[in-house]
Amino acid sequence: MVTVTFTAHLQRHFDCPRHELQASTLGEALDQVFAKQPQARGYILDDQGALRQHVAVFIDGQRARDRDRLGDALRPGAQVHVLQALTGG
Amino acid sequence: MSDQLWIATRKGLMQWTRSPAGWRQARAHFLGDPVSHVLVDPRDAAIYASLNLGHFGCKLHRSDDGGAHWQEVAAPAYPAKPEGSEDKTPWDLKLLWTLAPGGADEPGVLWAGTIPGGLFRSADRGASWQLIESLWHRAERAEWFGGGYDHPGIHSILVDPRDSRRVVVGISCGGVWRSEDGGASWALSATGMRAAFMPPEMAFNENIQDPHRVVQCAAAPDTLWAQHHNGVFVSRDGARSWQEIERAGPSVFGFAVAVHPRDPQTAWFVPAVKDECRVPVDGQLVVTRTRDGGQSFESLSRGLPPAPGYDLVYRHALVVDASGRRLAMGSTSGNAWLSEDAADTWHMLSAHLPPVSALSFG
Repeated sequence: MVTVTFTAHLQRHFDCPRHELQASTLGEALDQVFAKQPQARGYILDDQGALRQHVAVFIDGQRARDRDRLGDALRPGAQVHVLQALTGG
Repeated sequence: MSDQLWIATRKGLMQWTRSPAGWRQARAHFLGDPVSHVLVDPRDAAIYASLNLGHFGCKLHRSDDGGAHWQEVAAPAYPAKPEGSEDKTPWDLKLLWTLAPGGADEPGVLWAGTIPGGLFRSADRGASWQLIESLWHRAERAEWFGGGYDHPGIHSILVDPRDSRRVVVGISCGGVWRSEDGGASWALSATGMRAAFMPPEMAFNENIQDPHRVVQCAAAPDTLWAQHHNGVFVSRDGARSWQEIERAGPSVFGFAVAVHPRDPQTAWFVPAVKDECRVPVDGQLVVTRTRDGGQSFESLSRGLPPAPGYDLVYRHALVVDASGRRLAMGSTSGNAWLSEDAADTWHMLSAHLPPVSALSFG
């Protein structure tokens, strides 16, 4: 099982609890999250299905590399964190 | 006259209400979030607010009870970009820049103008959107470019009250386009506009004009006014041709324009010095008004701050209500003013708002 956790900043927009699911790539994991919570897709991915520019995903402490196709592999037990980069003012 | 004013700012949507005691801010909605546009649909009083959440993209919210409750509805989304496309423009919603209601005969229809230049239409009050492919796939789009943003954008959408199939859109920088068939087909509609920023032999190229804002007289829809990047233009034939107004008060540069709902000869502008210096002329904020179709202009500043001042009123931040006498404007410095007498006099609503992007009477 892999675990997907979301930044608290998203909680104000919709419920996004921690998910535990079976997936071998980041894209598969996110697809399962979005199946349960369709509203989340537009917050995490842009219109072309890529990670939004200011959204960062960490897999076991390493930044996800394949931002366009979400192909990063997930080992069993992987911890995936979806965060926002800090910008604004 | 309207007794509600919605002010979209960089840190929330501010609701102002008029009472016998005067105008007061009743409530702040979406506090902390950049609100890029607000529309009150006159057909059903629904309020739409577009949020530019930055990290998480653009979102659209609708209230059906005067702002007491909001629900997130769909934001326009671009379709998958074909593999191997040579289009350098990203097919991704960067900004939901303007919203317009459809005609009285088509309840539920909304139009949305976006950066990077796509036009969208909803038939169900924002529950779903369709990209207007007939405009998106025009070959001319390859020549459009950004006007103050990385990519081109549709900032003005005008639906003819006499015939909702007639739609005019203004694009920075992509000229003005016109449809007579509800968006199924489009024609360039910027004849007479002049782009001083282009080489002289290209100055009248319709496709690269930079109208900042285009508005249409509700009661006389053949008259449209445009505040352009380097001038003021008026059309009296439904955007088929435009005449340049050579002199329009202290400057012909600005972003905003409003036209009287019944009198096509009356329009208001908020001039700034020029492109390279976007502050009031001589530091004195004025609203200019013509009542004779652009032959003459008055500079009005009663109730506006004395020089030196640096307020800039952005393209969606000057509005006039259905009476033609009440106007409101907000600046990128976070100041907002209201006039009850067609801009003869102004009183300040607030000097402490975040930067103002748009307003709507409701």
